[in-house]
Amino acid sequence: MAYIELKNVSKSYGTGKDRVEILSNINLKIEEGEFIAIVGFSGSGKTTLIKLIAGLEFPDEGEVLYKGEPVTGPSHERGLIFQNYSLLPWLTVRNNVGMAVKERFKSWAKDKLKKRVEDYVGMVGLSHAINKLPKALSGGMRQRVSVTRALSMSPDVILMDEPLSALDALTRGTLQDEILSIWNKDKKTALLITNDVDEGIYMADRIIPLRPGPNATLGPEFAVELQRPRVKTELNSNDTFKKLRNSITNYLIQIGEERSKGLSKEYNLPDIKPVLRTKVFQGTRV
Amino acid sequence: MKDKIINVLRFIGLGFFEPAVRLAAGEDPKKNLTALFQKVFFPIISIFLFFVLWNVGATKLYNVEKDYKIDTARETRGEAGVKEELARIESGESTVNSLPAPSAVWDAFKNLLKDHKEISAKKKAFTERVAKTNEKREAQGLDAITYTGRPSFVDQVKTSLWTVFCGFLLALVLAVPIGMLLGLSETLRSSMNWLIQIFKPVSPVVWFLLVYMIVKTLTLTYDGDVSFIISFIAVGLCAMWATLVNTTLGVSTVDNDYINVAKVLNLSVGQKVFKIVLPSAFPLIFTGLRITVSVAWMVLIAIELLSQSPGLGTFVWEEFQNGANDSNAKIIAAMFVIGIIGFMLDRIMFSIQKLVTFTDQ
Repeated sequence: MAYIELKNVSKSYGTGKDRVEILSNINLKIEEGEFIAIVGFSGSGKTTLIKLIAGLEFPDEGEVLYKGEPVTGPSHERGLIFQNYSLLPWLTVRNNVGMAVKERFKSWAKDKLKKRVEDYVGMVGLSHAINKLPKALSGGMRQRVSVTRALSMSPDVILMDEPLSALDALTRGTLQDEILSIWNKDKKTALLITNDVDEGIYMADRIIPLRPGPNATLGPEFAVELQRPRVKTELNSNDTFKKLRNSITNYLIQIGEERSKGLSKEYNLPDIKPVLRTKVFQGTRV
Repeated sequence: MKDKIINVLRFIGLGFFEPAVRLAAGEDPKKNLTALFQKVFFPIISIFLFFVLWNVGATKLYNVEKDYKIDTARETRGEAGVKEELARIESGESTVNSLPAPSAVWDAFKNLLKDHKEISAKKKAFTERVAKTNEKREAQGLDAITYTGRPSFVDQVKTSLWTVFCGFLLALVLAVPIGMLLGLSETLRSSMNWLIQIFKPVSPVVWFLLVYMIVKTLTLTYDGDVSFIISFIAVGLCAMWATLVNTTLGVSTVDNDYINVAKVLNLSVGQKVFKIVLPSAFPLIFTGLRITVSVAWMVLIAIELLSQSPGLGTFVWEEFQNGANDSNAKIIAAMFVIGIIGFMLDRIMFSIQKLVTFTDQ
């Protein structure tokens, strides 16, 4: 039995004429301990997909199964890392993480909770900023807090909705490594949504392209057969990596072209020519 | 030290003195001197011009009224009448009641303070005199004798501030919880919307009359200060709308991201309201409260005037009815006191708002 399973899932927003089907006929199986990356264009329904798995949205058709049971709402077992960090701006780092820990471990004593918060903040190297408000942190630091908030609840699955897409390349690299090392330590199941093919190959076991919506469906999956731990500097000269990147990129370009073909219409333009009564040069008649 | 002073100034909303502090510390004289000119010097010039204009205008109005009196005297009683009238104006027997000049207002203000000192002294003497009697009366189970003389201007300012404070508390206690309920439930919101839209623009005077009708009946057997009760309730009801509307808006438009966080963390309904919705609505609620304080202070004068509660409104109205030589000057002095207190109240609210609300950036 798969850990997470999506069976013929369809989801649309709006009603009547404005109804837009975002996802249609999605089938996906994720096994325990796997790291899956879903790659796709922006606006293809990636966020909707992850919201369905997290339990923030529910499918119109089909079902989302978690450990064989249908998902009925958000749960501590599936930690979600948001694209825009979603830290509460009126709480310090300590309280942002603390709120999650307190909610997860209701029976714990105060100092035990406090220690856990400090441990997890320390794990992402933010001990010095623990009493700061989010506004005093950089984008990378904020996302670290967001990551550690999700992990501090010790979820079985980490769902990541383009967590690194708003960060600069260098911060992105370090955070990728941090997430990988955390994943590696506990062997959690992870689902990463990204628009960066390199990121997907570097981090995941399997890569599944999402064909762009409306009516987005999952494309054929690409298995990443690279040894872990992967070294970024060596990847660029690795033949398997290059081949894989080329084939995924080609696939994405191909479906991108298909989409733009489907979208563009032929317009019959009227065959007219402008009638020039007088010649005008720089505002004066000549 | 310098940074501390600047932070305090900024916090109490007097940030425009910042260049002066920096200049005193000898920091970047050229830049700070320009800033000082812009933020302090020019405002002072404009205030000065205002006083000059006021003085010129007041003198002109005074002359218009004086000339009219003399002309009337000439027409009815001839040249002898003119002399007589001039003497009467000189002695203050015939009042030229027009816009007072700044100096007259300043004198009136000083007189008001002097008057306050005299009344305070009288009050103190009275309290000392009746102290023994009061002890006896207390032992006999009777009420103590209290000073019942005329209140001074400062006493009236205190009464007004107390009325506004009570009115503000009433507005807070009514508007914030109701606003939260309305913000949380769309059904409640749409069912109350009509009532709110109709009551919001009602004039303070009408609110006063409405409160008067109700409170008068409810306090038939109460022999305390009913005028005060009516005043503060009317002030609260007039001023609460800004807070009510802002709280409703703040609570009903919480960022969807925060709601998602609450869902993912599996917060209970109560926790969602108090840990997510309320804090995120705080900036808007406080903006509403700040408007409420301003409105409360503004409507207070009219309401006190009607209710005869012994505050600034009553003071202004009594002086107007009085029509003594310095009545107009006293009214203008009261006007400045009202304005300055209003400004200070707004600054206080501004500081509290800064203290308790978050900014995203």
